[in-house]
Amino acid sequence: MTRFTVNDRPFSTETDVETPLLYVLRNELELNGAKFGCGLGQCGACTVLLDGEAVFSCLIPLAALEGRNVTTLEGLGTIDDPGPVQAAFIEEQAAQCGYCIPGMIMRTQGMLNRNPAPSEREIREHLNPNLCRCGTHMRILRAARRAAGKPAGDQAALAERSAT
Amino acid sequence: MNALSGPALSRRSLLGGGGALILSFSLAPRSALSQSEEAQVSGTGPLPGSLSDFPYLDSWIRIDEDDSITVFTGKAELGQGIRTALIQVAAEQLDVDFSRVVLETADTGQTPNEGYTAASHSMSESGTAILNAAAQVRALLIARAADQLGLSADQLTVDDGVITGGGRSLSYGKLVGPDVLHVQAQPQSPIKDPSTNRIIGKAVRRIDIPAKLTGAVAYVQDLRLPGMVHARVVRPPVYGARLTGIDTSEVETMPGVVQVIRDGNYLAVVARGEFQAIQAMRALAAAAEWGGGIALPEKTEIYDVLKRLPSQESVIQEKGSGGGQGTRIEAAYHRPYQLHGSIGPSCAVGHVDGDRLTVWSHTQGVYPDRDAIAEMVRMPPENVRVIHMEGAGCYGHNGADDAAADAALIATKVPGTPVRVQWMREDEHRFEPYGSAMVVEASAALGESGTITDWVYDVWSTPHSTRPGSAGNLLAANLIADPFQADEPISIPQPAGGGDRNAVPGYDFPNSRVTKHFIRSMPLRVSAMRSLGAYMNVFALESFMDELALKAGADPVEFRLKHLSDPRARDVVTTVADRFGWSDWKRKGPGHGRGFAYARYKNLAVYCAVALEIEVEREAGLVRILRAVAATDSGQAVNPDGIRNQTEGGIVQSASWTLYEEVDYSTDEILSRDWASYPIMRFPAVPGAVEVHVIDRPGEPFLGTGEGSQGPTAAAIANAFADATGRRIRDLPLSPEKIRRTLEA
Repeated sequence: MTRFTVNDRPFSTETDVETPLLYVLRNELELNGAKFGCGLGQCGACTVLLDGEAVFSCLIPLAALEGRNVTTLEGLGTIDDPGPVQAAFIEEQAAQCGYCIPGMIMRTQGMLNRNPAPSEREIREHLNPNLCRCGTHMRILRAARRAAGKPAGDQAALAERSAT
Repeated sequence: MNALSGPALSRRSLLGGGGALILSFSLAPRSALSQSEEAQVSGTGPLPGSLSDFPYLDSWIRIDEDDSITVFTGKAELGQGIRTALIQVAAEQLDVDFSRVVLETADTGQTPNEGYTAASHSMSESGTAILNAAAQVRALLIARAADQLGLSADQLTVDDGVITGGGRSLSYGKLVGPDVLHVQAQPQSPIKDPSTNRIIGKAVRRIDIPAKLTGAVAYVQDLRLPGMVHARVVRPPVYGARLTGIDTSEVETMPGVVQVIRDGNYLAVVARGEFQAIQAMRALAAAAEWGGGIALPEKTEIYDVLKRLPSQESVIQEKGSGGGQGTRIEAAYHRPYQLHGSIGPSCAVGHVDGDRLTVWSHTQGVYPDRDAIAEMVRMPPENVRVIHMEGAGCYGHNGADDAAADAALIATKVPGTPVRVQWMREDEHRFEPYGSAMVVEASAALGESGTITDWVYDVWSTPHSTRPGSAGNLLAANLIADPFQADEPISIPQPAGGGDRNAVPGYDFPNSRVTKHFIRSMPLRVSAMRSLGAYMNVFALESFMDELALKAGADPVEFRLKHLSDPRARDVVTTVADRFGWSDWKRKGPGHGRGFAYARYKNLAVYCAVALEIEVEREAGLVRILRAVAATDSGQAVNPDGIRNQTEGGIVQSASWTLYEEVDYSTDEILSRDWASYPIMRFPAVPGAVEVHVIDRPGEPFLGTGEGSQGPTAAAIANAFADATGRRIRDLPLSPEKIRRTLEA
């Protein structure tokens, strides 16, 4: 039996402790936010927060979760009341197919938990583990800036980079 | 959350309940559209867009007594935003609020057969059909209202689906009776004056985004049916290998395992839990013994191999008498095999219920996929239903249809139980059909006046569409005990073309000879990848234009304009030059450069020009894109933000193809198995800024947008690299290793 919290609710499961968190979230809790992308920790589609830090849920086995706190996309807000990072992504229309975006949102949330005022370089470095194939990167960056309370546009970011 | 209660999908549309109402509508028999979409040119019939194949208005639009409005499209949302754009078109012409329209997308149970969602055809085919059908429905209902109210049509006004005149009102729902909309469309439609548009032309927010960003059931990967089990497949290590031996007894006793499936060389395992299926798949892969197989070519010799293989030659442009006078230059360009590389590996759910099979798939073509699957499982097509549900972006023919075939085949082995199959990352990388490797050789003469007097261009490529087709184009069908053979690949004809897409220059050259060398055989499995041959041909053609401009001592933008007469082409070129600040641009130092490129996709869809500036980090061999500026003309812009999103995405995706991407392989196997062995662009390397200017052409036909910017971006990067370093790279990708080698030479 493994016990941990998911989105502030207690959860326990008898599933084999080798099972990665991703499959438990998707199939036992029926949470769709974390996606399977590679199973190798190379793409970030499965990103969730573990005690507030962004992690690859495809790599973390249940055995590592006893007593810890997991936050998924669903823990940030709902369609009727999206959380601030979700709202920033919607505002910037930061999705094409959208499959990688939940991971991007969680990665951005993890960044803001640690560093509420990231620089442009820090935003890009922090998002480095997450891949997008549609090329939505510019909008994802705008959304991340907006979520951090910075000017969202590319030009402001360019100006910031050339100033540093 | 109930797995089936996502806002984007109703239980009814998922499970097909209530289909009787819908199935009574006009699903005409299969048409020519089920052939390869890449070969299709829209609007050839007397009726506009896909109305030519499905002329009844109620194939497209249904209005119920309760005033609910349903619009049907045979196209699928692939992340390109057509769900929103098609509703905008319908709502505008029906004169109803955007939020009133429900759109049903590709489903063999209820939508027209519009073939594949591909080739940037959705707006020109389905958008045009819905535009005209909606305008005709509106006129028809106004005429009925006029009749019932005893007024003339011009005495009536329409507001959100309510027709008012003489102090009385009738809603659309009160005006439709049985079969009122079951009439054939007319060739001419009373399209609203574009200057009065309230919804078309507006950056309406995409309706699918909030659900996707808050965890709703949005993808086929999220579909959970009662009692559903999980399957994984074990593929042969190399094309053509045979399963020579396997002991499945240990796998069969693993926790959760329901069944090991062996059918000829087809191997899969079904388990109750998803991770149990993965563990069993790994054990099964370790137990399997394979023999034989087809050797792959030497990667270092692939371009020689392509030129040596038998090819079918066709001259696709012959202009002038040839042999124009002047200084002649020649160049050869190469493109390696490249991956679609969907972020979400392919997935499908299959369910056999009695003599019926239902497959939920992110296929681009529910009807052709349905027919191929029915053939494979030897069921009548009418007993098979394929329902589109979104997957991760596909960018062409990836593993979607093959995963659908896996789900269908496995479902037949566990009848009554819904089965979900998802490919592993390695399956997607190794078994998706790639974008073809290609070779281009170009030669041109530059006259004394600095204009091109002669142009000779040859392109070699393996096929660009191996979609189903028949069952033989499905991986699973090649592997089963009684296998199906793949279809003979076709050479997609001009004007769209396959490997020769955009091989015909859009410039005014007095003499031009363009030859396509179609290689039917496939050293590596290939099919349609976003923009097909256009990515390579525009890269080559627009690189060569810059080489000629340099030779002529001309500014690259001026040089292009000198050869370009189409006013819409000139508009995108000059818009980009202005917005980029081309004429005042100053080099900041060594390694700083700028590049320009232009193309009209397929020479008949979107016009797109791209300018960008880069910095080259010599030691690291890295190109940093500082900013990119693009202009597009897609005809009438239904959703300008959708066009911007697609164009920005195309630029960044193409930058990734162009700077990093190349499938790696030995003669024994595909070596690109994951994102470490096939790197793509990551955040630190994405452009500093991307700016897209949408030139709107109200009233002009919709031109497809999604594949317009990839070719120009590739050439603009290569041109900027040449500008920054004085060295030209003609072989894709401009990888760090190749850049270092080039700069050291």
